[in-house]
Amino acid sequence: MLILTTKSRDNYSTMTNNKMKEKILIKNGRVIDPANKIDNILDILIDNGKIIEIGKKLSTQHSALVIIDASDNIIVPGLIDMHVHLREPGYEYKETIKTGTEAALAGGFTSIACMPNTKPVNDNQSVTDFILDKARKESAVNVYPVGAITKGLKGEKLSEIGELKSAGVVAITDDGKPVMNSELMRRAMEYASMFDLPVISHCEDLHLSEGGVMNEGFVSTELGLKGIPNTAEDVMTARDIALSELTGARLHIAHVSTRGAVNLIRDAKNRGVKVTCETTPHYFTLTEKMVDGYNTNAKMNPPLRSEDDLKAIREGLKDGTIDVIATDHAPHEASEKDVEFDKAPFGIVGLETALPLTLKLAEEGIISLTEAIAKLTVNPAKILGINKGTLSVGADADIAIINPDKEWQIDVKKFKSKGKNSPFHGLKVKGLVNTVTINGNTFNFEAR
Amino acid sequence: MINKLKSKDLLGTKDLSPEEILLILDTAESMKEISSRDIKKVPALRGKTIINLFYESSTRTRTSFEIAGKRLSADVVNISVSTSSVVKGETLKDTAKNLEAMNPDAVVIRHSSSGAPDFISKLLRCSVINAGDGAHEHPTQALLDLFTIREKKKEFKGLKVSIIGDIAHSRVARSNIYAMNKMGMNVTVSGPSTLIPVDIEKMGVKVFTDVKKAIEGADVIMMLRIQLERQEKGLFPSIREYSRLFGLNAEKLKNAKEDVIIMHPGPINRGVEISADVADGKYSLILDQVTNGVAVRMAVLHLLTGGV
Repeated sequence: MLILTTKSRDNYSTMTNNKMKEKILIKNGRVIDPANKIDNILDILIDNGKIIEIGKKLSTQHSALVIIDASDNIIVPGLIDMHVHLREPGYEYKETIKTGTEAALAGGFTSIACMPNTKPVNDNQSVTDFILDKARKESAVNVYPVGAITKGLKGEKLSEIGELKSAGVVAITDDGKPVMNSELMRRAMEYASMFDLPVISHCEDLHLSEGGVMNEGFVSTELGLKGIPNTAEDVMTARDIALSELTGARLHIAHVSTRGAVNLIRDAKNRGVKVTCETTPHYFTLTEKMVDGYNTNAKMNPPLRSEDDLKAIREGLKDGTIDVIATDHAPHEASEKDVEFDKAPFGIVGLETALPLTLKLAEEGIISLTEAIAKLTVNPAKILGINKGTLSVGADADIAIINPDKEWQIDVKKFKSKGKNSPFHGLKVKGLVNTVTINGNTFNFEAR
Repeated sequence: MINKLKSKDLLGTKDLSPEEILLILDTAESMKEISSRDIKKVPALRGKTIINLFYESSTRTRTSFEIAGKRLSADVVNISVSTSSVVKGETLKDTAKNLEAMNPDAVVIRHSSSGAPDFISKLLRCSVINAGDGAHEHPTQALLDLFTIREKKKEFKGLKVSIIGDIAHSRVARSNIYAMNKMGMNVTVSGPSTLIPVDIEKMGVKVFTDVKKAIEGADVIMMLRIQLERQEKGLFPSIREYSRLFGLNAEKLKNAKEDVIIMHPGPINRGVEISADVADGKYSLILDQVTNGVAVRMAVLHLLTGGV
């Protein structure tokens, strides 16, 4: 009776048009569903891509039933990464919608939001249409485009935000670049509020960070590299919080990396400002020391910060100031990173390493396992206003089955992503995605 | 006593031990003697090929390395940015690989990117010598500075050194701070607060923005070149004000010890960071530094490629 998986993970292309007729029963797993405050050994019955029943020891007497034994595994809503660079259109040599979403699936993510800094920029509905169309055909997971705040990410003129919204974007951002003009940012927030779209801000004062390639501190002084001070992030975080207070817009601060920003956001939340934020696994795992030896895989923006900042990020995760763990998955072609440090592009991949790094945080007791899962599921879903991230009856059966005790070594050569630019290569970690169900299909990763 | 260097490369003084520094300086003593002969050439590196790969313009350092190599009978090839394929967009990695294919014994590199020598040293089997990378290190400059100091002062221990100027962008300052600390000297840095890098104290130096205090009781004063582009970036208001506050002149020099020596890695801005009378005066060792640079570079080339 025990049948593990019916489809190999290499059959992505046939997936979306091949809705399975069978029901799926996931048995004996520890179900963690933060939205419904569930943490219990339960069975989940799936039919036609929807969760139809959750309970103890569900009946196995169904016709055409596939049973997945999830003993010793945890069962969570499919993870959601609200900060991904899929690179398509325009930079297909770095990543495509197909490879990026395959990487997502392998990492346990069933929904991702993709950033608009493609070529052309996703600043109008035809680009959004293209992404969604391509995703329907080739994507392994649900893809939610994020539109640009300004045309061409130039920080000069507003994009057609209303049309972007109707085309399907779930938020707007000029990610990678801040909107330096405060007046324009104010108007963007006011305008986006009409559509209840969150504004995602990449907080960086470009004058303070000009020419910088790593965190400003003792390491940058020793290496003779131009530093980016924490203040570059803090100043803009303060500005955008003030603008959110002025406009009432929903503000989401991307990739928080400094103590100052955590403090500002905590205070703002206490005042009732509509601000949320995310950090990434690298900011709660690594520090600027990683740059030593001119390691271009430790170069990202914002940069890896100090030990004290890392501590503050962990505190922010613990007390709920930081709502979301996202990856800022930023793939680059290998030769682009194989250059002088100051000439290398910013960014690292993250989709296939986020889960074990987050589980480690839970294992170390920084946050509970439930909180960790919430920051990877229901919290980003709420911010983006997407109907995902829970295991409620009637919900889409986007589910990740995770073996939390499985030990493995991160190996970039095994990544599904085209990008191999990870500072975590070679790291021994714990917790591996075993099986993912999405749209009624099942993908098993146990063999890897 | 050691008789060779640990690494195949000289990337910085940070990685050198005090014994290695002394080995280089002692070797340079005998090299200096060669330069004083009528026939300034020995066959020590005959059949060795040294490539000078310069991505930044440099007269002094490139010439110094070239003369050093030639006095040891090595074949020296100069590649400078304007004549190389860099303008065609070749990456540093590809350039390094291509040079490697020609089987040189050493590549001397100057590059505007900090870490460029580290980067190519991992790609090349031959020795890589850092002739200045960004704001990171310039080890042969620091070694020739130490050689010059030792000639005059005999001992390093306890000497008070003041390095004055644009510390933030200076590879000379960093290499000297590492080397001088290793040899037991006390280093003070001074300059406008906008040109003092974050946490420099952690490198084991004292910081004064008041030049007079920095100079007080100094045995050695090292002035650094100030570049006009720093003013354009708003790091100080004008050359005039910079010169008044931080330029070395006879008046400020009164705070130093009587037998102070004055050094400058060159090229100097006369009347800006150093007044003409001080630059040409009796305390100045600026030209001795240039002479000693050849000897120190001969020593480094010999130790790294001579098969000791």
